Amino acid sequence: MRKFAIGLSCAMLLGMLSGCGYNTMQANEEAVTAAWGNVESSYQRRADLIPNLVEVVKGYAAHEADTLKAVTEARAKVGSMQVNKDVLNNPESLGKFQKAQGELSGALSRLMVVVEKYPDLKANQNFMDLQKQLEGTENRINVARERYNKSVQVFNTSIRTFPNSMTNSMILHLQRKEPFKADEGAKTAPKVKF
Amino acid sequence: MITKRVILLITMLLLPFSLQALEAPPLSGRVNDAAGMLSPESKQRLDQKLAAFERETSNQIAVLTIASLQGDDIDQFSIRVAEAWKLGQKGKDNGVLLVLAQAERKVRIEVGMGLQGVLPDVTASKIIRETMRPFLKSGNFDQGIAAGVDGIIAATKGEFKGTGQTSRQHAAKKSSSLGTILIVALIAIAVLGMMSRYLGGAAGAVGVPLAASMVFPGLGIFPLFLLAAVGLLAGFLLSMLLSGMSGGGGYFGGWGGGFGGGSSGGGDSFSGGGGEFDGGGSSDDY
Repeated sequence: MRKFAIGLSCAMLLGMLSGCGYNTMQANEEAVTAAWGNVESSYQRRADLIPNLVEVVKGYAAHEADTLKAVTEARAKVGSMQVNKDVLNNPESLGKFQKAQGELSGALSRLMVVVEKYPDLKANQNFMDLQKQLEGTENRINVARERYNKSVQVFNTSIRTFPNSMTNSMILHLQRKEPFKADEGAKTAPKVKF
Repeated sequence: MITKRVILLITMLLLPFSLQALEAPPLSGRVNDAAGMLSPESKQRLDQKLAAFERETSNQIAVLTIASLQGDDIDQFSIRVAEAWKLGQKGKDNGVLLVLAQAERKVRIEVGMGLQGVLPDVTASKIIRETMRPFLKSGNFDQGIAAGVDGIIAATKGEFKGTGQTSRQHAAKKSSSLGTILIVALIAIAVLGMMSRYLGGAAGAVGVPLAASMVFPGLGIFPLFLLAAVGLLAGFLLSMLLSGMSGGGGYFGGWGGGFGGGSSGGGDSFSGGGGEFDGGGSSDDY
């Protein structure tokens, strides 16, 4: 009977541990890291498209050297950013990352506006294919960011609610993660008349 | 035009997540013609073609037409639907969703992660522009959608091998084997329980986690442990109850048999296999 009582209390203790969110919080944090990985890889995908894009446009619109230069420079800036895992906890680092990507978005937007003036370029098969790839990549970025924000919300909620908050403050010390906010560049986005 | 779409998408990146979100409709088959754009014969032909394709390759293709996006963007709407419907097999992620929005005259092919090697964004865009658009522009939706489906099938043919069954039939098989295991466990509890209460408990401790891991394959150690404890108690109690009734084995056999029979009557309705999407694919106007 005594052995049974010990066995039962062991089972209850194990049950309580998972009940206090120890495993849940760890799993949620891993989900945030995985979602961030997807965000980074979709931004990288976009950066990889840009050299080809610039080459094709140069072939038809060499006069637009300034716009092309802006795109190339914005891409270089994004490429030279050091992004370590700390970016998830640090709102400043995330802000810098977001700003650099936002500048590349802005430069690309302006390039697309300029391209409207060159019907030959728009009809070029390579250019059209790159356009489609760029579209797909932008969509992937959108989706990845949204999923990242959702996973951050789940994680932040799980470390704040009771009883997980106790487990976190006593044992785990996991930090709150930062979600993506609306870009600064939204105020200066180019006005496009359709 | 394409460049305008790119600008629109980039601008959306810069804006906060806005726009009214149109809810994903429930999955009601392989061809969901909410906008009434297809003829009944077309729908049936497509359904048969897609069911055969799933049996052959395990790829799950679905078609959705809606009357209006109601302010939502087709890209955001499509990924929401794909996430809700979970087309494609879990792990393979081989689903494709073809969406048409009637009022806005927009079409999108949403490609699951596992098929983006053979159906990348550029190919999806070619399917739309070269095979679908001419028909869609002139209002011939039967042929336009059929052309799109044919294009998707042609592109994704060789990538995965099917099991000769649709995922729903596969799931029905799983639930009838679940029923079988439960019957066996119950009979074991009854028989062993008549001999000794502890043996009955042991049978429960083995049978319940086994049955549960058939339904939920990803169970961790803790839940299985707890289930074993539950099974132990249940087996113990059941065998105590049965110790007076020698006919108890017969009762359980009948009850378990009924349960097993009920769960295998699944039929051939369509449901998603748990595949994932990441926003790849292509959209266009028509």
